[in-house]
Amino acid sequence: MTSAITVTDLRIATDDGTTLVDGVSFAVEDGGRLGIVGESGSGKSLTALAVLGLLPAGLTATGSVLVGGVEVVGASERTLRGVRGSVVAPVFQEPMTALDPLMRAGDQIAEPLRRHRGLRGAAVRAAVREAVTDVALPEPDRVVRAFPWELSGGQRQRVAIAMALACRPRVLIADEPTTALDVTVQAQVLDLLDTTVAQRGTALLFISHDLPVVARTVDRVLVLESGRAVEEGPVRDVIAAPTHPYTQRLVGSARTLQDALDAGRRGTR
Amino acid sequence: MSAALLGLSDVGFRYPGRSGRSRRADGSALALDGVSFAVQPGRHLGIVGESGAGKTTVLRMLLGLASPDTGTVTFDGAPLDLRDRAGIRRFRAAVQPVFQDPYSSLDPRQRVDRIVGEPLRSLGVAGGSEASDRVAAALEDVGLGADAGRRWPHEFSGGQRQRIAIARAVVAGPRVLVADEPVSALDLTTRVVVLELFERLAEEHGMTIVLVSHDLAVVARLCADTVVLRGGRVVEQGATAQVLATPASGYTRALLDAVPRLPR
Amino acid sequence: MSARRSVSLTTGAVLVGLVVVAAVVSLVWLPYSLYDTSGGRLTPPGAGHWLGTDTLGRDLATQLLIGARIALATGLGAVLVGGVLGTAIGLAAAFARPWLDDTLSAVLDIVIAFPTLLVAMLLVAARGASLGTAIVAIGLVMAAVVARLVRILARRVLRQDYVTAARTSGTTWARIVTEHVLPNIWPTLAVNLALQFGLAVLAEASLSYLGLGAPPPNASWGRMLQDAQQTAFEAPAGVLAPGLALVVLVIGANLFADGLRDVADPTRRGRRAGGTAAPGLQTGTSGGDALGTAVPVASPVDPDGRPA
Repeated sequence: MTSAITVTDLRIATDDGTTLVDGVSFAVEDGGRLGIVGESGSGKSLTALAVLGLLPAGLTATGSVLVGGVEVVGASERTLRGVRGSVVAPVFQEPMTALDPLMRAGDQIAEPLRRHRGLRGAAVRAAVREAVTDVALPEPDRVVRAFPWELSGGQRQRVAIAMALACRPRVLIADEPTTALDVTVQAQVLDLLDTTVAQRGTALLFISHDLPVVARTVDRVLVLESGRAVEEGPVRDVIAAPTHPYTQRLVGSARTLQDALDAGRRGTR
Repeated sequence: MSAALLGLSDVGFRYPGRSGRSRRADGSALALDGVSFAVQPGRHLGIVGESGAGKTTVLRMLLGLASPDTGTVTFDGAPLDLRDRAGIRRFRAAVQPVFQDPYSSLDPRQRVDRIVGEPLRSLGVAGGSEASDRVAAALEDVGLGADAGRRWPHEFSGGQRQRIAIARAVVAGPRVLVADEPVSALDLTTRVVVLELFERLAEEHGMTIVLVSHDLAVVARLCADTVVLRGGRVVEQGATAQVLATPASGYTRALLDAVPRLPR
Repeated sequence: MSARRSVSLTTGAVLVGLVVVAAVVSLVWLPYSLYDTSGGRLTPPGAGHWLGTDTLGRDLATQLLIGARIALATGLGAVLVGGVLGTAIGLAAAFARPWLDDTLSAVLDIVIAFPTLLVAMLLVAARGASLGTAIVAIGLVMAAVVARLVRILARRVLRQDYVTAARTSGTTWARIVTEHVLPNIWPTLAVNLALQFGLAVLAEASLSYLGLGAPPPNASWGRMLQDAQQTAFEAPAGVLAPGLALVVLVIGANLFADGLRDVADPTRRGRRAGGTAAPGLQTGTSGGDALGTAVPVASPVDPDGRPA
């Protein structure tokens, strides 16, 4: 049984020779949850794009990226289209740019349904409504007819998640999905991701710089620094006892801030 | 209690612009409603709120960029009058900003020393060689070498650019630093370092910091007092320890509970 | 600057430079006088007349050189008029209250909707044909286009935090415009003006071709084309010379504009070092920021300039 995603020795370099991702390997099992943590320049977002076959022009990937058993590195656009949406689906950071501002939310969710599940007419409308209620959007009828700018950030992100999950992909790739959201909304969206992913047995590749957010969402974590994997393991272990100096710094910084908040909560600031 | 350095007193503000788009989700047309708080010298103040809380509007008023529709902004105990040019000059020399986005707060077409020296030039605080000395000192103070001055902003990373912005903010010797989400756009490890920088500079130069942030941990780390904003109103304020330990408002409690935690 | 990018700039500069040289030379020396009709009707190119003569026996090479002067003068004149006027209007619109901005934008759109030639013809009908009128007419339409561009660019700059920082630094609006707004819109504006230069040259040629440019004995390339058109097959030099000259100058200007745009592209700068022009992103240090040494870090950025 193949893993949902298997990445072996992925290298991404610019056309003039700069290496941005250097020999990264990892696997995401069906139903598993892997977090990729790193700061800016770590290559984590590029890795996500490579898995989706969406690397921008000027960057080349070498190595192997198997998505649902299909090789994505160097694959034709046709192959990639077959994989995107049905095997792997993304949720990006900025809901405002991920959604087409000129299309109603319902139509955007319907698009992948039409393409990958071949639904039409009443079936599509029913599926869209189901998708919208699955992501716990209040007033589903209003949301379906709404344009992105009529929705709040949290609502837009839920629509983006609905779009991603509409075709029941094997694995969801979320790249900083809650970074642009308020903290209370973030908590709700993370809860949502948690439950929907668990319910459907979808695998999750969760990418973020925010260590606590990653910690509560995934089972295993991979730490990237400047394009290299420096540490990997079960998330609780890595955070409780980081072995690599970079990971130690990351965890240290996160703890400093958390300790400050805890001290405040105890009234001992 | 010592006289407030800076504050808002029963401030109200309506959204400007064409009607129809200028209402809140709940139908009210007020960006701010009856907002009052004061910055005490030496006690850093955190202003916490989510999007739409009115933080940006409060910030603009604290920086003398907007006038309230009702109520007053007070500086050194007196109402701030944006039309009083001499008064505004004194105000600007005393109250300086640090913005959230390190990529949009530095003019890409100017060298760092010119950027950092702008307040000195425009406010007439110092000129010529004294200005260059102060710019160099400010750059050293924030941990960038004095030779950073000859370089361009694009040669620096986000954290370094934020330091340049901080250098610009402190070069004229202000008494208050108003920082708008100054570390939100920075990496985790850089955040802690920059917060420590703020703390050190505030102590060395006798500055009080007003920190606008959605991040409670950051506010807890730096601020002695906290104001919680929601929907244009102050829902809670007081000593940070008190607000965090025994929040009076359900909203504050919800904010605290929503903060994701590291497993022990 | 990589070798590939500078080709447009240098090629464009060379082509335009050729025409400039021709114009400069024409100020101090001409093979013949413009009024000299002794050459014989439609003499083919040869030792005496390098490009031959026109139907009145006048030397073509002489006319070409003088035409270079007119083309450049019009191009530069129109760009000056259009650039200065357009920038002023554009800035006014950028700072204006919404109702004034809307009004100005509507007026600009109306002016732009008029074809340049139509505006020119209206002005000529009013004030008589002359080089000056042509320059003003072309400049006015250009001003509207420039104003629209400047308005957008200036508004974008005014939204930046560094402008807010300038205000809190006590900088006056006038100085904000000269020190922050103009330098930041200049790269894009310059590219546009270079393109407009080429358009202005073509517009003048069109006007002269239609007889609406400077009155005879005008030696504009457009007028040369008009004269030579009946005898194009008999004496091709009469058509080829001014035609090619126009092509060289306009393509040169366009290539130069392309080259300028490549040079001014901010994402290229972002590749060399840690900073980029992409706002609101998670960023930090890529090496040794704890001490904050100002080392240009080759931070990985994707071609959009975002940190990876």
